[in-house]
Amino acid sequence: MVTSIIRRFIQALFVIVAMTVIVFLAVNVIGNPVDILINPDANQAERARVIAEYGLDQPLWRQYIDFLAGLLRGDFGNSFVYGRSALQVILERFPATLELALSALVIALVVGLPLGLYAGLRPRSVASRIIMSGSILGFSLPTFWVGLMFILLFSVQLGWLPSNGRGETVEILGMRWSFLTEDGLRHLFLPALNLALFKTSLVLRLTRAGVQEVLPQDYIKFARAKGLSERRIISVHVLKNLMIPVVTIVGLEFGSLIAFSVVTESIFAWPGMGKLIIDSINLLDRPVIVAYLMMMVLIFVGLNFIVDLCYTLLDPRVRLDAKR
Amino acid sequence: MAALLEVKNLVTEFPRHGAAPVKAVNDVSFSLEKGRVLGLVGESGSGKSVTGFSIMGLVDAPGRVAAGDIFFNGENLADLNAEEMRRLRGRHIAMVFQDPMMTLNPVLRIETQMTETLLAHEKMDRAEARARARDALGMVGIPSPEERLSAYPHEFSGGMRQRVAIAIALLHSPELIIADEPTTALDVTIQAQIISEFQRLAEERDTAVIWITHDLAIVSRLADDIAVMYAGRLVETGPVAQVLTDPRHHYTRGLMDSVPSQNTRGALLKQIPGMTPSPANLPSGCSFHTRCGGADGLCTKLPPEIWEGERSYRCVHPLGARALDAITGEAVS
Ligand SMILES: Nc1ncnc2c1ncn2[C@@H]1O[C@H](COP(=O)(O)OP(=O)(O)O)[C@@H](O)[C@H]1O
Ligand code: SF4
Ligand SMILES: [Mg+2]
Repeated sequence: MVTSIIRRFIQALFVIVAMTVIVFLAVNVIGNPVDILINPDANQAERARVIAEYGLDQPLWRQYIDFLAGLLRGDFGNSFVYGRSALQVILERFPATLELALSALVIALVVGLPLGLYAGLRPRSVASRIIMSGSILGFSLPTFWVGLMFILLFSVQLGWLPSNGRGETVEILGMRWSFLTEDGLRHLFLPALNLALFKTSLVLRLTRAGVQEVLPQDYIKFARAKGLSERRIISVHVLKNLMIPVVTIVGLEFGSLIAFSVVTESIFAWPGMGKLIIDSINLLDRPVIVAYLMMMVLIFVGLNFIVDLCYTLLDPRVRLDAKR
Repeated sequence: MAALLEVKNLVTEFPRHGAAPVKAVNDVSFSLEKGRVLGLVGESGSGKSVTGFSIMGLVDAPGRVAAGDIFFNGENLADLNAEEMRRLRGRHIAMVFQDPMMTLNPVLRIETQMTETLLAHEKMDRAEARARARDALGMVGIPSPEERLSAYPHEFSGGMRQRVAIAIALLHSPELIIADEPTTALDVTIQAQIISEFQRLAEERDTAVIWITHDLAIVSRLADDIAVMYAGRLVETGPVAQVLTDPRHHYTRGLMDSVPSQNTRGALLKQIPGMTPSPANLPSGCSFHTRCGGADGLCTKLPPEIWEGERSYRCVHPLGARALDAITGEAVS
């Protein structure tokens, strides 16, 4: 068990190192930051000074070493645009994105699990067919289009909910959160729903498939033969087997929830990392782009690691194999 | 005295697309007294398991009991609602399944799977339930039951898992246990151990047992009565001592001839020729006539059920001593 955790940890480190190389190279290919950093009217001496200040006159490998050294110190350099630490700029935006992604995850689970359970238990009912058709829509409609429709309907036509920004926030642990104020919640609702759409369909379908796989098993029939109530059979015998695939996939997908928030944040002007990265790409703000990409790598690798651990905890069969 | 279990003209069907439903169990009647052991035998697919599930009220949808009555302790099970049926299952009628590798839930500890069975029927605290579960494990011969309670099913061998399933079935000392080929998936030595332990435990509790099997050797050792099933119908029933020494139905004879025994060891066993008919496409009359050596034109009509003392059979040309009396079909009704 412990050795397998250590092994996975080393694998994760390798992935991160490989990603630093890719990110570094990729970013050096897009555009020349000198063009936006320097006033076109500046003279030659002025240009040289700025280039030297940002280390852009150094050879590529030298820049990579500096980049790695900076990484270890959490220093990605200063943002070209904001003139402050790139990491700090990102971290300021992180709570907004995290809040959005977590809300979407909660919606996906709260809506997807019960509906999937119902559709799995009563596959022939009319309601189940409606649920399943709905989930196809959730899969196939593009997020940006649905987002625009939400705004048109709920903000413009009905005027029920605001369509941009985070609204009123409360500061906890040095970070600002919307979900603790009524105004913030109203601002959060539409973008969270928009981001949750795809994952809700995913959770729903996973749950239904899981139920249909578990129900015909002998151990469910044996549970009935023991005289257990239907409630206990579903909430313990079915659900516990179901949670293995659901937790695994949902955990792995949480990273993409953060990554895909780019679209939703842009539509709803949600001031998170996603909106920041789009702005930064437009402005070729290299340190911020690099910091964002590295952060994504860390989030994905970290989630994978955590999901692996959860999987081991949920499935006793895997636990035993790991012990051997 | 009324029988503990009385099955009357049971028909259990599975609907098919664009065809008449499959009658997996067709007009089956038998009864079982308290503490008696009935061996239900027949080839695979003959409807033995479905008979068991029909009694438990656990026929897989869209299959259903289409006709007939099942009385348990004088009560018609068709009159019970879902909750009353649940209270009967596990407490008064328990079942053990064929494949011990599939019967226990892989993600729940043995303790959970045992105590939940107790708590589903009786009010008691966790500690008491745990103690009873532990005692039940010890009783079926599982070493260090206290520790094994917290294990998961995959940490047990097949034989041990079947012992756990038997321990679960015995938790409430039910009046009836339906054992659906519980040893078929196990090694011969383990089979023998489990059969003798099961027999001892059932006898101690005066539990009636329906032992489903395709193995006549087990039936002759274990059962008081036998019911031979072929293609959904009971073709012969009666006390084991009579049926297995002097069978009336040709199918019973065929089954007996295909059992390895002392005097046939080394010799080629006589197999019943042909294949079990698909229940979707049954021969008319006596379904066995496509494979029966004694068949003639009379056999294409369904033979009536013929009673001879405690035993019964459905055959127009019965084997054995009383064969001549019965051959016309008019001597009996
Ligand atoms: N879940 C089911 N769906 C459709 N048909 C079934 C089902 N279970 C059993 N049957 C039908 O009932 C017949 C008897 O099955 P079964 O009772 O399991 O036989 P066995 O005597 O081997 O236990 C099968 O051949 C099959 O045609
Ligand atoms: S009724 Fe005819 S076919 Fe059936 S067992 Fe008797 S002799 Fe054979
Ligand atoms: Mg069977």
